This record gives sequence, C-alpha cells and structure tokens, in this order.
Amino acid sequence: MIEGQIPVQEYSTGNTVHKWDIEKLKKKHKILAKYSYEEAKVNRGFAGKTLYVNLSTLEIKEKKVTEEMKQQFTGGRGFGLKLLWDSIKPSTRWDSEENELIITTGPLCGVTQYPGSGKSLCVSVSPSTSIVCDSNVGGFFGPFLKFTGFDAIELQGKSKENVIVVVDGEQKTVTIETAPEEETNSHLIAEQLTHMYASEDTDLSRQKVSVVSAGKAAEHSYWGCMNFSFYDIRRKVPRLKQAGRGGLGTVLRDKKIKALVVKVKDFDGVSNNPADPDKLAELGTIMHKEIRDLDRYQCNMRSVGTAHLAEIMDDYDLLPTENYRFGSFPKASKIYSPKFFELFTKIIPDGCWHGCTMACAKTVDGFTVMTGPYKGQKVTVDGPEYETVGCGSNMSIWDPLWILEFNFYCDTYGIDTISTGTAIAFYMEMYEYGILNKERCDGLELCFGNADAALELMHRIAGGDTSEFVVVASKGIRRVKDWIIKNNWGDAKFVNDCGMESKGLEYSEYVTKESLAMQGGYGLTLKGPQHDEAWLIFMDMVDNAIPTFEDKAEALHYFPMWRTWFGLNGLCKLPWNDVVPLSNNDTDEPAKVPEHVQHYVEYQNSVTGWNIDKEGLILQSERCYNFQRAMNVWMGRGQRKDDWIPYRSMGPVTEMEYKSREERYDAQLVKDIGLSKKEVASMSIPDKMKVLYEHRQNQYQKLADAVYYRRGWTPNGIPTPQKLAQLGIKDKKMIAMLQKKIDEDEKAGLNEWGGKYGKGESPPSKKKRYWEDWK
Amino acid sequence: MSEAKTVKILKFDSEKCKGCLECEKACSKIHFKTDEGKEKSAIRIIKSNKKYKMDVCNQCGLCIDMCPVGALQRKKNGVVWLDKKICIGCQACVGFCPLAAMRKASAQIEPFKCISCGSCVRACPEKALELVEVEVKNIKEIVYYKQGG
Repeated sequence: MIEGQIPVQEYSTGNTVHKWDIEKLKKKHKILAKYSYEEAKVNRGFAGKTLYVNLSTLEIKEKKVTEEMKQQFTGGRGFGLKLLWDSIKPSTRWDSEENELIITTGPLCGVTQYPGSGKSLCVSVSPSTSIVCDSNVGGFFGPFLKFTGFDAIELQGKSKENVIVVVDGEQKTVTIETAPEEETNSHLIAEQLTHMYASEDTDLSRQKVSVVSAGKAAEHSYWGCMNFSFYDIRRKVPRLKQAGRGGLGTVLRDKKIKALVVKVKDFDGVSNNPADPDKLAELGTIMHKEIRDLDRYQCNMRSVGTAHLAEIMDDYDLLPTENYRFGSFPKASKIYSPKFFELFTKIIPDGCWHGCTMACAKTVDGFTVMTGPYKGQKVTVDGPEYETVGCGSNMSIWDPLWILEFNFYCDTYGIDTISTGTAIAFYMEMYEYGILNKERCDGLELCFGNADAALELMHRIAGGDTSEFVVVASKGIRRVKDWIIKNNWGDAKFVNDCGMESKGLEYSEYVTKESLAMQGGYGLTLKGPQHDEAWLIFMDMVDNAIPTFEDKAEALHYFPMWRTWFGLNGLCKLPWNDVVPLSNNDTDEPAKVPEHVQHYVEYQNSVTGWNIDKEGLILQSERCYNFQRAMNVWMGRGQRKDDWIPYRSMGPVTEMEYKSREERYDAQLVKDIGLSKKEVASMSIPDKMKVLYEHRQNQYQKLADAVYYRRGWTPNGIPTPQKLAQLGIKDKKMIAMLQKKIDEDEKAGLNEWGGKYGKGESPPSKKKRYWEDWK
Repeated sequence: MSEAKTVKILKFDSEKCKGCLECEKACSKIHFKTDEGKEKSAIRIIKSNKKYKMDVCNQCGLCIDMCPVGALQRKKNGVVWLDKKICIGCQACVGFCPLAAMRKASAQIEPFKCISCGSCVRACPEKALELVEVEVKNIKEIVYYKQGG
C-alpha cells in the first residue's frame, strides 16, 4: 500500500474471509416489536427528538427535545444526564431494571468538515463505580442515529432473550428482533450485521450501517466496553472504536442486547442543516491544512495515532511500568511508536468519522492471532492506541505483537483495554509478592511479563469460567483488593496502596507520582480516574506553570470544564490540542490553545445559529458537570471520601520504588518538607517514606480543598444550591436534595476542610458555610 | 481506472495571456452553469508582478488517498475525478491539496476541480492554454505518511 492511489476496490487486507449464510441467520429473527416514525429533518444540529426503547415491556416511543433542554444541557452527555435523572432512583445500580443505557450525539456530531466531529456519548450507571459513568466513542453510530432522526437512544429494562435493536432510516422503523444465531464477539457480529442490514451488496451501502456490540467477556466482567463500528470501504471490514470506561458493555449485555444497528438512508456534508455551512467549510479547511503542515512535526497522529506517546512518557518517567511502580523501563524502546509504525497499514484515511484528517485510528491488517478461539486466523486489529501500549508496559509485556493480541481480544470480547490491563498489572504485582499465587489464581501464573497467562485469563473470562479467581478478577481491582484482604493474604493498607483504582474504576495509563495537579486530575473527577477530564502533568511537572494550590485549582476547574464541552457536542478532544498553530507559544495561555478555542466558539455558532462566546462554552459545561456531581451525591457518592486515590498514584509504596528514585525523593524531603540534608542522610528508607507519605497525603487534601472551593462546592465536595442558582439550574428536586445533604454534613462535622495547614498557610476560606454568601 | 498511464493536464503560456479571464468564465459554465468565473472556476488566472499565472489542478492525485468515501478516483483517461453523488463534503481534499487547486465555492458543500475538459482551452482567445499529455508516474504524488518531520 506504500505506493498509494490504489483504487478503493482493489485494496485487500489479507484477512481470513468468513462465509456466513446471512439470509439464513436473518430468517431466525423474530420481530418482537416494531415502531414506525415520521421523518424529521435535522435542524441546526438537532434532530429534535430522542428515542426510548424498553426491552422489558417492548415499548418504543419518541420524546421531544425542548428548547429548555438544549439551553440547560446543550446536547450529548448533557442530554444523557437529563434522561437518566428522569428515569432512575438513587438506589439504582447497573443491573437494576430501571437502569438505562443512553447513547447520545450532540449538536456538532456528524459534521464532516471539522476534524473529530463524530463522537457518541454513552451514559449509564456503571457496574464498576455504582454511579453515573460517561464514555465517549467514535464510529458512525452517533452521526447516523442523528441523521435517521434521533438525538439520543435510551435503552431501559431487560430482554428475556438475546435481541438486537434496529433503527432503520430507510424504512423509518425501529424494531426489537431476536437474534439467536449471530456471533457475540464484536469483530464477527459487526461484520454479520453490517452485511445483513446494508441495502445493497456494495461497500458504499455497507458504509451506511453502524453496529454497537459487546463480546462474550462483557457478559461476565465489569470491564465491558461497547464496540462502535465504522465500515472501512478500503479494508472492507467494519472497524471498531470503543466506549471503554466504566463497564457500559456489561450493561448492554445485562439487558440481553446483542447489538444495536443503525442504518442511515442518505447523508451529506450538510445533513446537520447548519446555520452557516460556508463558515464550517472555512474552519474545517483551516484545520485540515494545519494538520497537513504541522502534525508530522508535532504529534505524528496521522502516522501512529496516540501511540506516539509511549516514548514521550518513557522519557519523562510517566510510562506506567509494572503496575505503576516505575515510570520508565530499560526495555521500553521495544514498544515505542516506530515499532508499531512498521506494522500499521499506511496511506488510508483513518478517521473514525468522515473528514477527520487527524486520522489517529490506526490498524494492523492481516494480523495472525496467536491464542484462543481465533488462533491462526488473520484479522484487522484496531489500534493499539497509547493507553493499550501503556497496558503492555504496565504488565511488563514488551512485545508489540503480544500487545496487538491483547488489543484484539479485549476489543472482540468487549472489554476495556485500560481496565483489563491496569487490573491484570495489579494482580501481577500481588503475584510477585506472593499475596496471590498459582493456586489462588486457579492455575494461572500471573507474573509480570507473562502475556500467555494474561491472555488465558481473558479467554477464561470470555468463556464464563466459574473458578473463584477468574470470577473475582473479572470484576476489577476493587473487588480483588477486598477479596485478598478478606482472606488475610496481604496487609490491607499495602494492598489498598498498590491497587490502582478510584471510585471502583481502574486508572488509565499515566504515572502521576510527581504531579499533584494530575493526581487531582484523576481523583477529583466525576466518573473515576480517566485522563479525559484533565491532563495537567506537563503544565504542572515539566513547565511548573501552576505552582500554587490556587493555580492548580484553577486548572482543575477550567480544563475539566473545557474537556467536558467536547462531550456535550459530540466532538473529539484531540484536534483541540494534539495539533496546535505555529503561533500558539506566543499566546497568553498556550495550554488552552486560544486559537482553537475560538474555532470552537465559531463552530458551535455556525451549526446552531447561537451567539455564544468562549465563556458561554464553559458555562454550558459547568451546568452539566455540576449536574453529574449532584447525581453522584444523590446516589450516595460524590463526596470527599469518594475522591480518595491510592497512594501508588501519589508516591512510592515500596522501598524498591523509593530506592529507584532515591535522589529525587531525598531532595524533596529537603526542598518541600524542610528537613536538613543531614537529617535526611541519617534517616532509614522506611522513615523517609513515612514522612513523604504524610506530606503527599496532606498535599492532596489541600488540593481537594482548593478545587472544591473553586468549583463552588462545600468542603465535603457537595455542589451548593447557590452555585446551581448561578448556573441557572432550577431543578427543585435536585436543589432540595443537595441542601439536605449539606445540612446532614453539617451535623456530621463534614463541612470542614480536609488539609492540615501550617504556619503561614490557610484554607481557601476561613468562613463557615461560605457559600451562603454567594449570590 | 488504475491502469491509466497518461493524463492530459493544462499548460499555460504566460507570455500570451492578457488576463481576459474567458477561461474562468468557460470553466464556471461547466461546473456551475454560470459565467461568473472566479471562485466558481477550477482554473484561476492570477496577476503577479505584471505577469499572469495559472492556478489549476495538475492531476497528481494526492487527494485520492484522502477521501474517506472513495469519491475521488483516477479515471481511465488519467483524470482525477470527484463524484459529487458520493462526496460528503468533508474538505479533506481541499485542505490537503498541495496546489490549493481543489476548490470550494459557496454554492455547494462539495468541492470541485479541473477535469481537463478543455473548455478553457477553447475559450482562450490568445491560445495561451493547451492540454498536454504527461505520464501519470511522473506527476503522481502521495500523501505524507511517514513518522517525524
């Protein structure tokens, strides 16, 4: 493919070809419910209605999107929160009858001119965290859903048998159909259903179908992801992008949904019916040119996707290695991006939605599977992205082919690479210390670097293995920590310090020990430790641009709000700061990429016809951010105790970690804590670790104090009714609930700052109930 | 389609051109059924330093590999052709064109380009334009894909 300009029809992946009798498969379907709807033209980014499907009662109906809903929630994840809030109870858990799985689009979703405009936003109550989880994903489903007439699809209840839900934009029908004989694993069912529902036997027809599915491991694990397909006319395969975090694929399978299918009748560059299409084309072309001219000197997204981060993270001691014990490793160069560049197929427009010239969705075609049920077959592997490469280093797996194998099976089995990799890395560390062993792991030798054993665990999870370890391990780190502690196999504090989860969700792949702001970026979050809220490591650690607690709090206000905004609109964050204009460093705030922020202001206005400025964008996010935090409070979480993070993310847990960076830590004892060099020299390593431990824990609490204050919350992290009033949130039920919680906290003594403040230091406010003064 | 060995591309004689823009008018007639020329013409004549220069597609085909829906193809006669029925208006080809010769007019979201039809050649009163046959392999460009600057 290197020579380029091979006609679309002639490119071949060399993958194993499957021959299914699609007609026969379809004949086995029984239509359980059918609903016809009127075609509605999308107007200025909104279809104007959402689709409700109940799998228990088989009810299908439409709900209107009101102007008030647009103003309060903007779209996308905001709509998801609103629909969920109206449908669940505080006691609702992931497998409750009333829990919903919602897939939303957003007003800018489906625009083809501006890179990164095809994201779907998924919202549900998560099995990992028992609170609201949002997960964004590429692929064609979101744009097509909107162009068939719906801003969101809301799935409630549970089916008794395996079904698919089909939204057919040609027939204008929504059906719930049994699908007894289709495959479950995603790379196969996506292909079967794409062929089944394409109107004609052409690649262009197949490109108008998108399938959402989750494979067999999603049925047994809490790591279930949803695979969103996007048919590639060159490779002739439905490729997959994942809504990875929080176990939403587990919810999909719990509802006995084998797949969702959407088929769009037609669409073009103005299907969103934007207010100003010329402006959109102008903005998009500026970005295409910027990517063309600068990407190769900046992130190399077009050649290796996010995998380019592996070497940068290794250089800065941020690449998680052996369960985050270290941030770099001598073998790491084996999995640097040039190794994957050699394997990736080149010169194919690799956007996960049309028009994304950032093209970070790389694949390895014709990959020969090495283990499990598809051993020997040749397949297309979507990825690996940086996070998946980071999982490799975290498990001490330094072979690109094994990382591809891990990537392929995570995807097709429907489990999140991040949660799976981070969790297995933790099990491996426990194995190394003898806290887990072969017997306790049901025969698996889960030592660092044993890729075979990691894959075997995944195959056993997918196969529904009922061995105790496999069952507990598949539920994630939090459950395994509890299991280890219950069995008295390890010291509770040590196990809790090592297990990299917060709120029940596994960490994504960055070492945060030396960046307090990034510890907050993982801990002081809505859904759990995922870097999509804030990525402040370089600003904090390398550039030292946010030295004070106040500075860090400001960053932990602005960036989570700004990044939330992408999810309200159906956008990808990458084109914002993974390519920047040449003049960016000359601007006042390069970290914000002001020129691109201005693009987004104009972008939203030219689709919706609104007249918003950059402050207005942040306000849109703040409303939804506070709403989601308030929902977490409503569900019994969303408080300081829930923003706890493991010490492994703050500092050295083991003597080995301390010793490996001894000079750095010793210097910090002098500089940050005020010990004399002489004192440090005379201290034992455990003593030094203890001092560092107390200091860093306190730093984190002080950071939480500053952030809560900046966000307009109480010292226990509860959004205040006063803040909600400022944001124009008028929901009486929510405001009363928050007031009640704040009053309870007052009685329980929880409205107190968490940090211990020394001489010359003070908390963000000395006034009790400071928020009551806010107008 | 891929077998095309040669393609006709436009050649311009700046000595002969007097800047009447009849070529642009003829071109916009082909693409938009109007003789407005300018942004509705695939060929543009630009005055620089008292001389005229031509700005038009050279059929290099770099855009072919940029199109996510396969709307751009090299036809049997070697010309790079945009199928408007398939195009979804993403402007990736516009942004990546090395000559900025893939154009977008406000009349429609889909871009347009020179198809070597020769109507500009016929319209030029000074005979400043001609279509010349070149080998595809000599003009072919592919999109940058390597890692690093």
